[in-house]
Amino acid sequence: MNEPILSVARLGKAYRSYKSEWLRMLSWFGVSVGYSTEHWALRDVSLGVAAGEAIGIVGQNGAGKSTLLKLIAGTLSPSEGEVRARGRIAAILELGMGFNPEFSGRQNALHATGLMGIARDEVAHAMPEIESFAEIGEYFDQPLRTYSSGMQMRVAFAVATAFRPEVLIVDEALSVGDAYFQHKSFGRIRQFKEKGTALLFVTHGLADIRALCDRVVLLDRGRMVREGAPDEVVDYYNAMIAEREKTTVAVEQIRLGDGWLRTRSGTGEATLAELTLTDADSNQELMSVRVGERIVLTARIRVHDSIPRLVLGYMLRDRVGNLVWGTNTWHTGQVVENLHAGETVEYTLCFTCNLGPGSYSFSPALVSTDTHLERNYEWTDNALVFEVINTDKQYFVGTNWLDAGFQIRRDGSH
Amino acid sequence: MTIAPNLAGAWRYRQFILSSIRAEIRARFTRSRLGGLWMIVHPLAQAAVFALVLAEVMGARLSGLSSDRFAYALYLLSGMLAWSLFSELVTRCLTLFIDNGNLLKKMPFPRICLPLIVTGSALLNNVLLLIAIIVVFAFSGHVPSVHLVWMPALMLLTLAVGLGVGLLVGVFNVFVRDVGQVVPVVLQFGFWLAPIAYTPDIVPPTLRRLLYLNPMTPIVRGYQDVMLFGRAPDAAGLAWLTVVALVLLGAALVLFRRATPEMVDVL
Repeated sequence: MNEPILSVARLGKAYRSYKSEWLRMLSWFGVSVGYSTEHWALRDVSLGVAAGEAIGIVGQNGAGKSTLLKLIAGTLSPSEGEVRARGRIAAILELGMGFNPEFSGRQNALHATGLMGIARDEVAHAMPEIESFAEIGEYFDQPLRTYSSGMQMRVAFAVATAFRPEVLIVDEALSVGDAYFQHKSFGRIRQFKEKGTALLFVTHGLADIRALCDRVVLLDRGRMVREGAPDEVVDYYNAMIAEREKTTVAVEQIRLGDGWLRTRSGTGEATLAELTLTDADSNQELMSVRVGERIVLTARIRVHDSIPRLVLGYMLRDRVGNLVWGTNTWHTGQVVENLHAGETVEYTLCFTCNLGPGSYSFSPALVSTDTHLERNYEWTDNALVFEVINTDKQYFVGTNWLDAGFQIRRDGSH
Repeated sequence: MTIAPNLAGAWRYRQFILSSIRAEIRARFTRSRLGGLWMIVHPLAQAAVFALVLAEVMGARLSGLSSDRFAYALYLLSGMLAWSLFSELVTRCLTLFIDNGNLLKKMPFPRICLPLIVTGSALLNNVLLLIAIIVVFAFSGHVPSVHLVWMPALMLLTLAVGLGVGLLVGVFNVFVRDVGQVVPVVLQFGFWLAPIAYTPDIVPPTLRRLLYLNPMTPIVRGYQDVMLFGRAPDAAGLAWLTVVALVLLGAALVLFRRATPEMVDVL
């Protein structure tokens, strides 16, 4: 691996409180005063990010994500360790910082880029690009206070990303405005990445993480608990959230032969004994499924302890982890109640495979209500992986088979 | 990127500083009829109130001036010109970091930009007030003397004292919020502990030395000398005050520098 463009070494941030704030001030001048309490919001985080690499940071509230971003951005000063970067670091911790409602979009662009420390002639050069990216027409020369909030976000994002930095830090700022602009913002960030910008971002949208990140870091209570491939860390994180609610059963992860990662967690009162995919007509077990085939997914659940309620949920994901479909028997009103140890429950799910060609996985979850957060008996990510092939339909791409047909009519005689 | 207050950093961010000053001025002008005039009207109106109330008492003491009728009003204006710059700097700096808390948390920029913006806009206000006061003087038949060339030096000195005190209390206020409540009260005392609304000779001689506890006293007297009495200010007194001002400003900058890493932690 080439030399990282951003390296974070044993970074830590402690918040200290003193008996009196005046004592804190004395401590800056070399007077040794003891602090009364110390709280480490982040400790011992080391990370190297290469040019063009995207790192996602996940963790629950208070895990230290924002602290880490602020330390790297430089608004917070580390209590120990250091951050080193080659080149400019830009941080979008909040969009529209420093914007003035009385200024026009153009004046705000000048003002805010000034706050980013960018020279005026460079800004003048980039102004047409900012204006066209924001796409707010003649409003660009009207005072900001007349803008809708969506328009403000557009200008703010256009300004914040007007200059490609070597390191870009984004904190939950990608949900900008309408779908069209979101798409466009994502595009710009991808472009930066292709040109060699190292990306670091925090988002609660785990789908974003899977789609954009090369590597994911999981923070928990100020520590880096895991770092690795997106699916691995995100699934581990999901399992961890569930586990936190209960106490027992460790999370286990196995990398399957074809690259899929199976993550299993839960308290184990009910477990999955068998999960099979069969053809609805022939009852043959399937590894690959034809587009449009009627298939049956059968799960046999063994109950090991008496439980009041059992809900089975499925998530169907594509190769990159996008959620294609999902529901559970809570939503369908088919909750099984008063189960006893030793019972088995069989669930069959019958459907037509209207999926596009590619690899898919089913993740079953055995829970007690509509989410896995109350009781998680067993959750298995990617328990069953299958291939969808297109044998008898016309060529198409995407994750969905639509029964669509063209009708073409030509008018005119020549 | 360093957020430490240093002047090299500030130079890179000059564009931001200038446009922030512009923003402040614009904020005053937009959507109010008199706009920027208010910043002149306020001190003038305050002077008018004092003049109405105290003219009879104080007027006699200022006889010997060319225009007796307005003498006291002009005396007041000269002192208030100095005081308004000082108090604007102190009050603005007092809440400067607290008001800009979110910006400090979210954007890395040299922190010195903030007091520089305040300095720029306060100075601009004060120059406008100076011009307005010169106009008032002219109407009352009082033409400023050549000693007005002292004005820039006096303003710089006021600036140094104001910024020094302002930054100190501003930084303190981030950590100990009571400071924000105490300072306006102290400022009120400060105003009356300087010979702005009265002449020093009405103060009993034993108490007169108290006035010189206030660093603004020599400055206020300097303004009055230059603007009203048409004589050079007391150079020795001002030289001594310059030393005080530089020490104050230096201490404030050192404190500001040391406080910067922890400031965001408590905002």
